[in-house]
Amino acid sequence: MTDNGDATPLVQMEGVNKHYGALHVLKDINLTVSRGEVLVVIGPSGGGKSTLCRTINRLETIDGGTIVFDGRELPAEGKALAALRSEVGMVFQSFNLFAHKTIRENVTLGPTRVRKIAKDQADKRAMELLERVGIASQADKYPAQLSGGQQQRVAIARALAMDPKMILFDEPTSALDPEMVQEVLDVMIGLARDGMTMVVVTHEMGFARRAANRVVFMADGQIVEESTPDEFFTNPSTDRAKDFLSKILTH
Amino acid sequence: MRWSTVDELIEYGPFLAEGFLENIKLSLVGFVVSMVLGTILVIMRVSPTPVLRAAGTIYVNVVRNTPLTLVLAFSALGLSDTLGLAFSDVPRTNSFWVVALGLSAYTAAFVCEALRAGINTVPMGQAEAARAIGLTFMQTLMLIVLPQAFRVVIAPLGSVVIAMIKNTTVATAGGYLADAAANMKEVFDTTGASIPIFLGIVVAFMAVTLPIGFLTGWLARRLAVAR
Repeated sequence: MTDNGDATPLVQMEGVNKHYGALHVLKDINLTVSRGEVLVVIGPSGGGKSTLCRTINRLETIDGGTIVFDGRELPAEGKALAALRSEVGMVFQSFNLFAHKTIRENVTLGPTRVRKIAKDQADKRAMELLERVGIASQADKYPAQLSGGQQQRVAIARALAMDPKMILFDEPTSALDPEMVQEVLDVMIGLARDGMTMVVVTHEMGFARRAANRVVFMADGQIVEESTPDEFFTNPSTDRAKDFLSKILTH
Repeated sequence: MRWSTVDELIEYGPFLAEGFLENIKLSLVGFVVSMVLGTILVIMRVSPTPVLRAAGTIYVNVVRNTPLTLVLAFSALGLSDTLGLAFSDVPRTNSFWVVALGLSAYTAAFVCEALRAGINTVPMGQAEAARAIGLTFMQTLMLIVLPQAFRVVIAPLGSVVIAMIKNTTVATAGGYLADAAANMKEVFDTTGASIPIFLGIVVAFMAVTLPIGFLTGWLARRLAVAR
């Protein structure tokens, strides 16, 4: 999945700003994501992490600055935007599996409707992906019949079915019962090892340590610190990051 | 009104049944056309294009707040007579279509609003996930949002359909004088008001509308989307 021959970054954000009314949620964000990189975004709630993640496939529009994906600025709307989104997988905090469709249909919908792949071929691929995330035996059930962890693994399979150039994870384990967090993280760690480009907004410090190439610490709409996981967790350079880490790593 | 003459119901039964058949035909056309038109209207009302949204909103608010008799009179006098919109050279057939489409145009506004209420129950994340895998606005609506919205509002839509079936009895307002109510009036003109005839028509309508109520209630439970 990595495109090692191409040295240009996959995502380039320059001077990105966003407001919700008077609230300035993204302040002059400059960030690049390289191909094959696993970028973990951490920071306190309300700091703009999710918004940042959602601007990359334009589920959130921006007020200023530019976002370039794979050499092209994000299209504003229409078919071009839909085409871009088909290349960027997304996994949501609340899973968002299509509630009226079976697990298999959830995974085949994009390939058949967006990529126009034949149904039997899409079915075959869906089963391979469901096998990979360990849900193949549940393919004919509906989302509500699965546990949260299972649903989230299906959501990852749904994203993978589009053969995306990268996957955005917006707090993928935050809505899960504690005992289901690991099964989702295991799938994500597997993806990271296979070279998938990933932007992961998370509170799972263990995942950041094990799988991230780079950690971005965001607070109050700004990128406060950017470094390797080792450096960030053992020797954070800003007081804001030190303060945050002291609160979550005390036990 | 008189109770005395059950034999009048039997005597005029075939004539009244003929009229009732017209109510059924109007209902069938009205059902199909109003569902299609109502769906188009709701797509307009939730579309990202301001002009379409405004047009949908204006249509619904004007049509829904106009008495059906006026909508039908307008269809007949305004569209058919003045603007010369003709569906057939046969006056009776032409009237049928004028009324059927007027009724559909009216009912579509209610179908639209029922569907829109349903769309509001579909969580935002469903549409976001659909857009995130690259579905276009129309695909998101047709494949993800509307199917879920429709299941939520099957029962209210049943009420809309029942109201529409009963509304076929004002076909006279659009110049179509062949339905059960028109025929009943014609019979009453010769026999005087007769309770058996009156009740016979009520029972005929209930025979159609009651099962629709039960069926939609059952479907609503069966097709409910688990979340």
